Amino acid sequence: MKKELTKQQYLDLYYYMRLNRAVEDTMVKLFRQNKIVGGLYSSLGQEAVSVGSAYALEKKDWLAPMIRNIGALLVKGVPPRDVFMQHMAKYDSPTKGKDGTSHFGDLENLHIVSPISMLGDLIPVMTGVAMAGRYLGQKIVAMTWIGDGGSSTGVFHEGLNFAAVQKAPFVLILENNQWAYSTPVKRQVPLEKLADRAKAYGISSYSVDGNDVVAVYTTAKEAVERARNGEGPILVEVRTFRRLGHAQHDPAEYVPKEMRAYWEARDPIALYEKSLTGKKLLDAKAIKDIGEKIDKLLYAERDFAENSPMPPAEFAAHGVYCSGDDCHKIAPKWERPIAEVTPPKSSVAAVWTVKGFGSGKASDGGSAPIHFGDTEKHAKDAASAEEASQSANKPRGVKALAKKLAKPVAAGRAARKAGR
Amino acid sequence: MATAAKETSIQPGAATQVTFLEAIKQAMYEEMERDPAVVLIGEDIGVYGGAFKTSEGLLERFGWERVIDTPISESAIVGAACGMSYLGLRPIAEMQFIDFIVCAFNQITNFVAKGHYLWNAPAPIVIRGPSGGGVHGGPFHSANPEMYFVHTPGLKVIYPSTPYDAKGLLKAAVRDNNPVLFFEHKFLYRRIKEEIPSEDYTVPIGKAVVRREGRHLTIISYAAMMHTSLEAAAELAKEGIEAEVIDLRTLLPLDEETILTSLKKTNKCLVVHEDTKTGGIAGEIAAILCERAFGDLDGPLMRVTALDTPVPYAPTLEEFFLPNKEKVLHAARTLAKY
Repeated sequence: MKKELTKQQYLDLYYYMRLNRAVEDTMVKLFRQNKIVGGLYSSLGQEAVSVGSAYALEKKDWLAPMIRNIGALLVKGVPPRDVFMQHMAKYDSPTKGKDGTSHFGDLENLHIVSPISMLGDLIPVMTGVAMAGRYLGQKIVAMTWIGDGGSSTGVFHEGLNFAAVQKAPFVLILENNQWAYSTPVKRQVPLEKLADRAKAYGISSYSVDGNDVVAVYTTAKEAVERARNGEGPILVEVRTFRRLGHAQHDPAEYVPKEMRAYWEARDPIALYEKSLTGKKLLDAKAIKDIGEKIDKLLYAERDFAENSPMPPAEFAAHGVYCSGDDCHKIAPKWERPIAEVTPPKSSVAAVWTVKGFGSGKASDGGSAPIHFGDTEKHAKDAASAEEASQSANKPRGVKALAKKLAKPVAAGRAARKAGR
Repeated sequence: MATAAKETSIQPGAATQVTFLEAIKQAMYEEMERDPAVVLIGEDIGVYGGAFKTSEGLLERFGWERVIDTPISESAIVGAACGMSYLGLRPIAEMQFIDFIVCAFNQITNFVAKGHYLWNAPAPIVIRGPSGGGVHGGPFHSANPEMYFVHTPGLKVIYPSTPYDAKGLLKAAVRDNNPVLFFEHKFLYRRIKEEIPSEDYTVPIGKAVVRREGRHLTIISYAAMMHTSLEAAAELAKEGIEAEVIDLRTLLPLDEETILTSLKKTNKCLVVHEDTKTGGIAGEIAAILCERAFGDLDGPLMRVTALDTPVPYAPTLEEFFLPNKEKVLHAARTLAKY
């Protein structure tokens, strides 16, 4: 399944990792000049995770970054100036100064959902994005990230469990950077391999070296395509290391020296540069040229950001509610016939078809919804009910559709087969 | 198959006496007919038709993709509904009992409510469910948690008292571009009936209504207590006290103008709500009157509310806990004397 990358793809990955690092280096300078209003969170040494995974998405796909996924935003098409202005709370920033960091999104064009600081909340939200995309026939995949620490939240479980029963086209990148603020992963999760979280949900998983951008990309690509093809959500653990503290204020003295030294020697950009040079895809001049190109770009982007004004104070009072069509014209983009989800075609028998659990009739008062035992009788009832609905001038195809749509609840099959 | 019979019971087109519950069902049915972007998501809403049968027959008609039975995961229900809305869908999420809405508190207050303000992302979702006491549901199936959310900018909070309003406001909520919490007092589900129009209609969000005209004092209420207030007003009239009764219908945004207009006429205000006292909407109304109509007040703002305790289970305890007609009468008579 894994295909050799094209030269362009190899170089794109390199460019975006360099850009990611340069953008964050620039922000460290801005921070030291007191131009960044709030905190600054670094992904130094984790660039391969953000870049490699986001690069596996198509333009139409949706992503939701976490705070250390600036690289994913750059890959998706966010200009560096937006990242700078977000941190500097400028009026031209995507949130116009109302929020900072990577907390912004773009529903219309780039298909980015903004994170919030409460970890794990994006997982059910992106599950919903994936379900809506499937409902509308868009064949999209939704992707988000969660840290080793964030994987302990309740909503991680609720979200991934729901995605799994729905077989939602959703890829969750579990970015294991070994540290949740000051707490090591061993104190967060009682597992050797965080990818094993997937076992609880009966979903596929991968565990991959997060400092090898090609490995991250090819794994993410495979996961994305499997999810797109209806195999349900997939969990990808990427093992990496948070080289700096939780944020700028934190010297992270709790990190053992040997651990830091080990990972610093495995810098993802340096490793990749060596690999590309070995493959003759890159030489010293190209490296220098790319650096100069990025410097030039960021100089202009930073200049723009610094010249953007602060939001006017009274702007704080605006925008709590959408005022209607003049504010947002909300219209789903249908890429399948609407007739498939409207009556009469959408009509089904309201009967569980879960193998081994029997089938109970729905809510007509007579029988309980799910019967344990007496399975055959109720299966027969269900079949005759379907027949009756057919003979009552139901359009052709209802039965087939009912069967097709009932698939995700067929627990036995769901584990083995690709769903709808 | 029973489908046909069920469908006729929820067919639009017949102006008949319908229960509160039927009005909710009609609203969802008609909105789903009108707009394929409308989907339902919640626990036991599909095959079973909902714990209170508010979605009975909807799975049969609209199918598995539009009536989504979920695991017991309130955060996932709200989160997924929010994500769906980002692609233009208009999900109606059910909390099996509204008590469980607090399981999704973070998702609602931090994710859903703040999206439009922070990053210009509207989330047109409705979160609805059965609320309120008086049915001996005990401390976890009787809650009135509306004020947790009235304190959250970005949400709209609706709590209707009649079948007509329930249907019209639920339809308005579905069509609104903002997240709307829709509380359905379960005491009213099958106890009240009303004739509602056969044609499509909505009731505007954020508008209170005067249910009874009067000149001596204003009783402000909503949901089940609106009916208690009306009963009390009828009795007060026999004593020569003409109470005006306002049904708030929407708690956020609050219709201050209707309240102020009435107060200018009656100069006295009694707020009756089933929610507990401290932090209830009565306190907010008191503040608004002090700020905007202090000179018009001829007496103190008075409150008849539930006790500041959890909702107790035993009928004797619950009865003591809840407001009732006698408590309203007592307060109204006291206030009328000022």
